[in-house]
Amino acid sequence: MATFLGINLFGLFGQLLVGLINGSFYALLSLGLAIIFGLLKIINFAQGALYMLGAFFAWMALNYMGINYWAALLFVPLAVGFLGILMERFLLRPIANEDHLYSLLLTFGLALILQGAFTHLYGSSGLSYAIPEQLKGGNRLPFMYLPNYRAWIILASIVVCAGTWYMIEKTKLGAYLRAGTENPQLMQAFGINVPLIVTLTFGFGVGLAGFAGVMAAPVYSVSPDMGSNMLIVVFAIVVIGGMGSIGGAILTGLGMGVVEGLTKYFYPEASTTVIFAVMVIVLLTKPAGLFGKEA
Amino acid sequence: MKISKSAVALVALGLVAPFVLYPVFVMKVLCFALFACAFNLLLGYVGLLSFGHAAFLGTGGYITGYMMMEAGLTPELGILCGTGAAAALGAVYGKLAVKREGIYFAMVTLALAQLAFFVYLQAPFTGGEDGMQGVPRGHLFGLIDLSDNMNMYYFVFAIFLFGFWVVNRTIHSPFGQILKAIRENEPRAISLGYNVNDYKWAAFVISSALAGLAGSTKTLVFQLASLTDAHWHMSGEVVLMTLLGGMGTIFGPIVGAGAVVTIQNYLSGGELGNYIHIIMGLIFVICVLAFRSGIVGEFQKFMKKNFS
Repeated sequence: MATFLGINLFGLFGQLLVGLINGSFYALLSLGLAIIFGLLKIINFAQGALYMLGAFFAWMALNYMGINYWAALLFVPLAVGFLGILMERFLLRPIANEDHLYSLLLTFGLALILQGAFTHLYGSSGLSYAIPEQLKGGNRLPFMYLPNYRAWIILASIVVCAGTWYMIEKTKLGAYLRAGTENPQLMQAFGINVPLIVTLTFGFGVGLAGFAGVMAAPVYSVSPDMGSNMLIVVFAIVVIGGMGSIGGAILTGLGMGVVEGLTKYFYPEASTTVIFAVMVIVLLTKPAGLFGKEA
Repeated sequence: MKISKSAVALVALGLVAPFVLYPVFVMKVLCFALFACAFNLLLGYVGLLSFGHAAFLGTGGYITGYMMMEAGLTPELGILCGTGAAAALGAVYGKLAVKREGIYFAMVTLALAQLAFFVYLQAPFTGGEDGMQGVPRGHLFGLIDLSDNMNMYYFVFAIFLFGFWVVNRTIHSPFGQILKAIRENEPRAISLGYNVNDYKWAAFVISSALAGLAGSTKTLVFQLASLTDAHWHMSGEVVLMTLLGGMGTIFGPIVGAGAVVTIQNYLSGGELGNYIHIIMGLIFVICVLAFRSGIVGEFQKFMKKNFS
């Protein structure tokens, strides 16, 4: 049972699981980027740093205030989202009419500040965050061992992604958001408070990064550079998927995680580069991205 | 007229500098100034924000280091190889990157540069995390001993002037005018019959070759090629240098490089060393919010307002 056609199934499924978990984080982060891009037309370079911030907030809440994982899962995204709202209102809005490249550079600067600050405070070696009591242990499936916390990551991120997709594609609020993406001036003329929607959207997109950060704290080491390493991969994923669709961002994120996991099993040397290689292939064959709309 | 006066001042400054300042420091500034000038050719004159220029700096450095250490080439040939390799990488990366515009262009170049970074991290010849150490400076044309800092300095200065001249020639050529037209109004440039992507690509190759030249020279100066040069932090630093000095100005990148290298040298010596990234980030934010024309740009505005 353990091998099939010379393939070690235990190892294969193990790497697939790791891939799905990475993919869950890719999906959450690229979903946040896509939502922000849709309305603000900017790429938030600080998304990775805010994901890192989410993980650190969870760690600080537990160690300084005794706030447990479940409470952190609720409050940290709100806190990170609130920071995002401040960021949009006081830093990004004043330059909203300038070239969008300036917004990119601004968020890059913020990412440097956040990463530098946490490196200074906590060093670069990384902290550990215990898996919550309720999710310890795991189940032995016929083909693999599935730790409970890992199953929870995949489940929770799929629920959050699907919920976000539903909210944007099927609800009234989502309709405003999509209308704002198409034509903000016209929407404003209908008496809808566009700047408020922009601010809340940014807060929500950033909050998703905070949520991902809390989820990641128990599986990855909580370290200042956890965000930047992740973000560059997520950028490649965004290029692969194209930012035209919310569903596309989610699917590409999960899919690329799986591709990475498979590569780790079959050809480990290429596991860090495979997503970039896929990006090159997509650029050559379908430059707008798999789900991209623009030419 | 004004430009040529400034250029004379630049040359004079460069000739005297090693007698006033520590030569290795000035060489470091010159290498980064060349790197920033190369980058500015793309951002300032074509409007393309590359977030992956570290790949070319790193490639230039590694290939030159390898050629000097393993093949025993003379410095000028080593630098030629490094520059050529960076140009070749730039030709491939540029072809891919010009397929996308604006923010996507930045993301594509960043991702491609990260690909190069991981390759250099794993490839056996680069020495991984340790880098390539003890690269010999060698004898220029087999004659002039470059291990002497003064000889090395004037060699570096000559390279810098050459790179600076290339950038200037490019900007002021008919080719450069078309690049500016693309920056200002791309649809119009297309409607005039220019194959915009080919022009962008050509500018990208020139820029990456010069970035590689800067990296090659830097490797000789410090006798070291390391992953730092290929890291995305380096790509960010060159953006900062150009932004701080003034993008789209001829002398801005030089001023910006001088300022950033000075700040870094100053900070890394003192107890503020831990704050280096925070301070760099703060400069970024301040530049974007309040100082978008950069030092040279603001200076030019000031001169225009008061003296003409």
